[in-house]
Amino acid sequence: MRTEKKQVHWRAHAVLIVVLVAMIYPMVWLVGASFKPENQIFSTMNPFPFAFTIANYINGWTATGNSFTVYLANSLTVSLCTVVANVASCSVAAYAFARLDFAFKRFWFAVMLGTMMLPFQATLIPQYTIFYQLNWINTFLPLVVPYLLATDAFFIFLMVQFIRGIPRELDEAAALDGAGHVRVFFSIILPLLRPALLTTTILTFIWTFNDFLRQLVYLSDHSRYTAPLGLNAFVDRASGSSYGGMLAMSVVTLVPTVAVFIVSQRRLVEGVATTGIK
Amino acid sequence: MSENSGVAVLDPPVPEEAAPPVRRKGKRHKHNLAGYGFLAPWLIGLFAFTLIPMVYSLYLSLTKFNLLTAPQWIGFDNYVRLFSDERYLQSIKVTLLYVVTSVPLKLAAALLVAVALNRGLKALGFYRATFYLPSLLGASVAVSVMWRQIFSRDGLVNQFLGLFGIQGSDWIGDPRYALWTLVLLSGWQFGTPMLIFLAGLKQLPQDLYEAAAIDGAGRFTVFFKITLPLLSPMVFFNLVLETINAFQTFTPAYVISNGLGGPIDSTLLYTLYLYLKGFGSMQMGYASAMAWVLFAVIGLFTAIYFWSARKWVNYAD
Repeated sequence: MRTEKKQVHWRAHAVLIVVLVAMIYPMVWLVGASFKPENQIFSTMNPFPFAFTIANYINGWTATGNSFTVYLANSLTVSLCTVVANVASCSVAAYAFARLDFAFKRFWFAVMLGTMMLPFQATLIPQYTIFYQLNWINTFLPLVVPYLLATDAFFIFLMVQFIRGIPRELDEAAALDGAGHVRVFFSIILPLLRPALLTTTILTFIWTFNDFLRQLVYLSDHSRYTAPLGLNAFVDRASGSSYGGMLAMSVVTLVPTVAVFIVSQRRLVEGVATTGIK
Repeated sequence: MSENSGVAVLDPPVPEEAAPPVRRKGKRHKHNLAGYGFLAPWLIGLFAFTLIPMVYSLYLSLTKFNLLTAPQWIGFDNYVRLFSDERYLQSIKVTLLYVVTSVPLKLAAALLVAVALNRGLKALGFYRATFYLPSLLGASVAVSVMWRQIFSRDGLVNQFLGLFGIQGSDWIGDPRYALWTLVLLSGWQFGTPMLIFLAGLKQLPQDLYEAAAIDGAGRFTVFFKITLPLLSPMVFFNLVLETINAFQTFTPAYVISNGLGGPIDSTLLYTLYLYLKGFGSMQMGYASAMAWVLFAVIGLFTAIYFWSARKWVNYAD
């Protein structure tokens, strides 16, 4: 029995490792290619460069209108503001749904769940015209302000589920001591909600950092470009010439997300597994 | 299996709160002021960024509007024009093909890997995290750029095929194949549904498997007669979510086709065409009509799923 089971495991590992290598090979190749001289990029499948060079990074960094320093700084600004806005607004709404009893609560809860299924294209054009009237085009405001008002219902739902797992006795005890809802929220719920807040922070950061369509629509000036837009500017002009720079800058824009992933992967995997998401 | 085990996200989550058996009935005081106080930001956002824009978009869809001059009422003209617009019909065709191939591919890959991982293997954490990474990076421009290079004429795929003496095609540049590179990209990103399946598999009652083993059931019988039916709520959940996501795919199509949907409109996914119409040629009324049709189509798919769920989703525990 035991040896049989071991054999099965051995075979399972073999299959999984083959699949795994096939899956991550493209990424390894991308990183390797970004360190190869231009003329060797497409000459071999071997991801490891024979002649190591960082020329692609140096050339790519400033090859489009502005430098990637600016693009990355813009991306970080947008992402961090979005994270703060999203965590704050969603936790407040989640507290109302999970702990407070008020008129039409079920109705609003159903509406909230419904908005999770709404395709964002449905509001893309009217939102654009509204922000256009407000003169917000080419600023970061259209990207951040909606998150101040808890428009990403997915995270409200995630936090509601989590708050339901916190024993009610804790807030009831605090209420007996005379704590109001604001106190209960800040001193009881918020500290215990930390794991969900962390999951929200990580996912919001990564999704915002990688977002493309909204940034493409709202930001038109090179000085406001984010990393995905900077990279896209490359794609537009690179047809033919500098592949090396384009691949190097692809790696650069992936670094922040992958770094966050590596630091937080355990938390992230658990979070996704227990809530079920995109 | 407990009802509210984190993953059973499909259960309507609110009701059990309203009437805890211990509390005295009838004397449930409401906290309207506090409730709406805490709800205020969300409510304002709901109206300002969702409900009002949707109504406005419905109005715009009945007008001719280019952002610079006032909308001009034209009734249902946009909707009528849609169905004689060759490119629009092409984008519908491409999108449906993309959805009905990429979603099953992704879910099948997710399920297979999840079942393979669910055997108490060592290094589970490592596998899980690595398989999940592509779907986390998924929608980004950088990954799309990478994909475009891999499938280019002298890219990685053709070099690999060359090892076996096969002359690969120019996958991105050939209208017969370009869409399939996008389908493969979507399949590559099976990590999220895999995690959900894996969480579901862990909850399955072991006694059924032991009973099946005693009866001498084979591996396939066990999978199709026990695992799959028990996992059907998760299959359903993933199916709904991934279908909605697939309809909204934009970035990879934009990047591999230089923002044009080519070659000869073979990668003109719905959202890409909507973008080109709304923000490329500033036909915002027309694009609003497109958005509403998409909304209706997604609603239809979701309704069909929920209606069919009674027949194949197993909610009994």
